Amino acid sequence: MSWIATHFNYVVVVILMMAGLFIVFSSGNLIKRMIGLALFQSSTALFYISFGKVSGGTAAITLDAQGAEGQALAAQLDPAYVAQFGVEGVVYSNPLPHVLILTAIVVGVATLAVGLAIAVRVRESYGTVESDEIDAVSRVAAEQAEPAP
Amino acid sequence: MQLEALYVAQPALTAQAPILAIAVPLIGACAAALAPSGRAGWMISVVAAMVSAWMALAVAGEVMREGVILYQLGGFAPPAGIALRVDAMGALIALLIGAVGTLAAVFSGHSLAAEVRPEKHTLFQAGFLLAQAGMVGLVYTGDAFNAFVFLEVSSIGTYALVAAGERRDRRALPAAFNYLIMGTIGATFYVIGVGFLYGATGTLNMADMAARLGTLDQNAAVQAGFAFIVAGLGVKAAMFPLHGWLPGAYAHGPSLISLFLAATATKAAIYLMARFLFEVFPDGAAFGDMFLQWVLAPLGAAAVIVCSLQAVFARELRRMIAFSSVAQVGFIFLGFSLANASGLSAALFYMTAHGLMKAAMFMALGGLAISIGARRLEDFAGVAREAPWTAVAFGIGAASLVGTPLTMGFLAKWQIMEAALAGGRIWIFAVMAAGSVLTLVYVGRIIEVMFFREPAPGAPRAKESPVGVLVPLLILAGLSLWFGIDASLPQQLAQAGAASLFEVRP
Repeated sequence: MSWIATHFNYVVVVILMMAGLFIVFSSGNLIKRMIGLALFQSSTALFYISFGKVSGGTAAITLDAQGAEGQALAAQLDPAYVAQFGVEGVVYSNPLPHVLILTAIVVGVATLAVGLAIAVRVRESYGTVESDEIDAVSRVAAEQAEPAP
Repeated sequence: MQLEALYVAQPALTAQAPILAIAVPLIGACAAALAPSGRAGWMISVVAAMVSAWMALAVAGEVMREGVILYQLGGFAPPAGIALRVDAMGALIALLIGAVGTLAAVFSGHSLAAEVRPEKHTLFQAGFLLAQAGMVGLVYTGDAFNAFVFLEVSSIGTYALVAAGERRDRRALPAAFNYLIMGTIGATFYVIGVGFLYGATGTLNMADMAARLGTLDQNAAVQAGFAFIVAGLGVKAAMFPLHGWLPGAYAHGPSLISLFLAATATKAAIYLMARFLFEVFPDGAAFGDMFLQWVLAPLGAAAVIVCSLQAVFARELRRMIAFSSVAQVGFIFLGFSLANASGLSAALFYMTAHGLMKAAMFMALGGLAISIGARRLEDFAGVAREAPWTAVAFGIGAASLVGTPLTMGFLAKWQIMEAALAGGRIWIFAVMAAGSVLTLVYVGRIIEVMFFREPAPGAPRAKESPVGVLVPLLILAGLSLWFGIDASLPQQLAQAGAASLFEVRP
């Protein structure tokens, strides 16, 4: 039980990932498949953010302890923490995974847009977004294209 | 021809060549999207692809003279800064992408008119340049996360390009959708893997990562990262049995995309996988060697046999050649699985050979499709009479695919088989021989139909391809022959690339 408590984020990551993949593969509806894909990609975002977190760490902004901004930021920190380490000793969470995942989210949005655009064209061309019906239409077309034996 | 002696650009330009090879097609993509007409877009595309190829050639010469090129973006030194890092292996693949990209861009002038809606031509060229920029970037980058971004830049371009084939064959749309789903899952797996490795090492620079992973081969996070990266890139590289997206995308997309993807897209993903397998992961890590021996080798062998058989029984010609591509990826992975310098160098040479011959075959089919628009094998009956040059170029590509002596394909296949024998892997030799026989069966079927059969009465008559198609086509076919006789240009890069990856790895 305590393992789940300490790895809670990762448990959620795995659940999201599996749910996303399940939707992608089990659903026949192109829109639902895109939703599953988006869910799957979101799990990656949570994964990156989770391992970038440093216990007790704060946002990665350099505090100028004497400046007004530094004072304001220090006021938001846990007082016990500041009392123990001082403002200069504050630990930061790793900002790099956040930046990386920001890029990955942008890439994910672009993919989602292209995917939905293709789904729109599928709907225009086949009149449906259900994989089964698309396959059936394609099969009929293929049989008609074949000459009689 | 010795690349060391090849100076194609001023030293000041050569110093900037790695970034220019990526940036020029990227800027060209924006320009092409805004171009006033399809013709203007085509010209931008040809010029940008040509500059990229020229820069890739300059980089290749520089790599042979100076060794690994490290290009620091923005002047920040790695590992904190992001760098492009080009070694001989990357230079070879980028050169292949540049050369095939340029010829494909020239070819697109005629093929698009027959296959893509006129109002989409400028956007199509933009997507094409985007794909090329992404692939060159993927090959040149020294940063694991940048590789993901470049991978997706090129993939998003190619998804849209495959879908653009819907004017002639609407099955391109579901094929593109399927490709997008599989490709995105693959790329996301890759990101997860990179996340694990970053978590374990705290760096994204591949060289730095390799240094820090040295002592971590028992680390579960590293092993999980390895599994995710290999599986994700396996999807992109069409590693059997993750190749489901490939036949549809190649068979229904526009001809331009079949030829460009077959020659370059899977190669770029295979290249990245080689980079991780042989450079980043710890030397002699048990899981790496186990993967090569017990996963990559059997899957490669299965691809060679199963997909060659599928090609034998395929009815549509382009689908047949698409299945053949998956089988050829199997040959390349068999070369990797030998895990030594001669196997890797042979596999790299095979990648180049396969890129050139498949590009020639798909381009010849694209040239024929302009006049007859055919898909099924029977529709191509007797085309050699009406379009002799196109058919001969196809025949040269096909001969190289089978491995006929005096073609590049023969040298490439022979090198892998020789490396397999030297490594004592008789079964790999046997699988390759069996695969070659199966290749002969389906290629023989195509050649028989094209050259020796009477055209069906009433069928549309093929016309010789226009000059704009014939010139790049004959250049591609000529390269397959030329490198079959004098292979020194790709060979020296392949050998130098393989040697540099294995000198740290006894």
